[in-house]
Amino acid sequence: MSKTVLLQGNEAAVEGAIAAGMRFFAGYPITPSTEIAERSAIRLPEEGGKFIQMEDELASIAAVLGASAAGMKAMTATSGPGFSLMQENIGYGAMAEIPCVIVDVQRVGPSTGLATSPSQGDYMQAKWGTHGDHPVIALSPSSVLETYTLMVRAFNLSEKYRTPVIFLMDEIVGHLREDVSLPDPNSLIINRRKLSFHDGANKQCYYVPEGEYVPAMKPFGQGERYNITGLAHDESGFPINDHDKAGKLINRLIDKVEHNADHIVRVEQYEMDDAETAIVCFGGTARSVMSAVQAARAAGHKVGMFRPITVWPFPDKPLRARLPQLRNILMVEHNHGQMLLEMQRVAGRDVPVHFLGRVDGTVISPDDVLAKLEEMEG
Amino acid sequence: MKDRLELRFAGSGGQGVILASVITAEAAVLAGLHTAQSQAYGPEARGGVSRAETILSREQIWYTRVTHPDFLLALTQTSLDAYAGQLADDAIVMIDDSLTVPAELDPDRVIAIPILHTAETVVGRAFTANIVSLGAINRLLGLFDDDTLLTAVKMHIPRGTEELNRTALQAGAALITTDQFRKEFQAC
Repeated sequence: MSKTVLLQGNEAAVEGAIAAGMRFFAGYPITPSTEIAERSAIRLPEEGGKFIQMEDELASIAAVLGASAAGMKAMTATSGPGFSLMQENIGYGAMAEIPCVIVDVQRVGPSTGLATSPSQGDYMQAKWGTHGDHPVIALSPSSVLETYTLMVRAFNLSEKYRTPVIFLMDEIVGHLREDVSLPDPNSLIINRRKLSFHDGANKQCYYVPEGEYVPAMKPFGQGERYNITGLAHDESGFPINDHDKAGKLINRLIDKVEHNADHIVRVEQYEMDDAETAIVCFGGTARSVMSAVQAARAAGHKVGMFRPITVWPFPDKPLRARLPQLRNILMVEHNHGQMLLEMQRVAGRDVPVHFLGRVDGTVISPDDVLAKLEEMEG
Repeated sequence: MKDRLELRFAGSGGQGVILASVITAEAAVLAGLHTAQSQAYGPEARGGVSRAETILSREQIWYTRVTHPDFLLALTQTSLDAYAGQLADDAIVMIDDSLTVPAELDPDRVIAIPILHTAETVVGRAFTANIVSLGAINRLLGLFDDDTLLTAVKMHIPRGTEELNRTALQAGAALITTDQFRKEFQAC
């Protein structure tokens, strides 16, 4: 651990990305994510990287995909309105299997909404914002320190599975400054995409060995010519109209995430060992819930917190393992009930799921959570 | 100091209350405390109510927002009126002396000092009102060593303005003549 410093969540996102090897950032600054672009503009030249302020969000994600295809670890950052504009090319990245990290520091929507106020209203958009069935990995940090360490993981997962990773922040954490001791960058595990060059069986640019899910990646523009497309394609990378091959491709794209869910999914469980009530939350909402759980425990209630750190894919398995001990579940999120739908799907008829949400741009307080718990008991 | 202190800084956008809050958090880190700093502001760069919050704590901080501030700084009437009603029972309020004290506040807990006037005439730069405020707050409450606060200020100001800001801190401190609240803060 290094010495303790005061760091903002948005700043920690940049430092984590740089530690993970990010050397290209293209973006169009927007509140409450602006500090990510600002700090990238300062830090990337220091690290020999490139920062480009693009003309809009469509161009930003396009530049990021291009840089990544050419071999760079690349990132962009935005908020809801810009995240909407990026959706088309996020799907392209998923189809063409181009690793990258897209940070969405959520603010209140719809549309331009409340620019400076916290929300978690993009949870479903992170999964379904781009059209068609596609794989999604999305991670959500709840502290400044976790923003740093989880960003490293975001790049690692993106590189390992060759897919865009959504880094789903909220204003609560993005604009929070805390005292943190960052880990020594040399102590971090940094993954890099598997590369392939023009040799033997690997001459097909999307060749996937039997039993594997992820093709090795040929660095684009380094001598070997191949085709990248958003159309369904075969192993050569060229478009096809063969339904068998298209089905195989799209299933593989989804399976590479779904079949590796045990590796991708991370949750935090606090005071869950003997909990009869689980409060489920993610991102900055966990700060209110942690305080509420401590207060509820002090008053003798068997309450715990279950926090998906990986928010997509949803952590079905660890949650399902908790169901037999639970009398009820309280979903707390800063939206109108989005992760709630996933919760209800997993809980089924076994455990009643209650909901506390908010869409007015104010933060749910520990007292709000405690009042809701009381109401549930009553 | 109490185990947990909640400080709120309020004013008009552009007065630097967010920076004052950030510098307080920076000083807390230098002093070995846990801290959480956040803000609420409108979309405009200048004008509008701007609010920033700093929590200082000896324990790890979970909930990061201020609920019942132990201390409020208000530099405008609008921000004073907006936040006067949301204070801890024994809260201390520091205001610019051009403001009118709302009836709901106990006058004995309000320190009215010429912050804006001091920045403009004594320091010579109106934009140093936030640093003048920090000097006054630190003398009033005794949160940090003067050197610690000065170091924190220097970490957040443009190069070449060190002397100006040192002057602003000292001018702010000189506005405080009572040690009642410092004793109170250190006793608890």
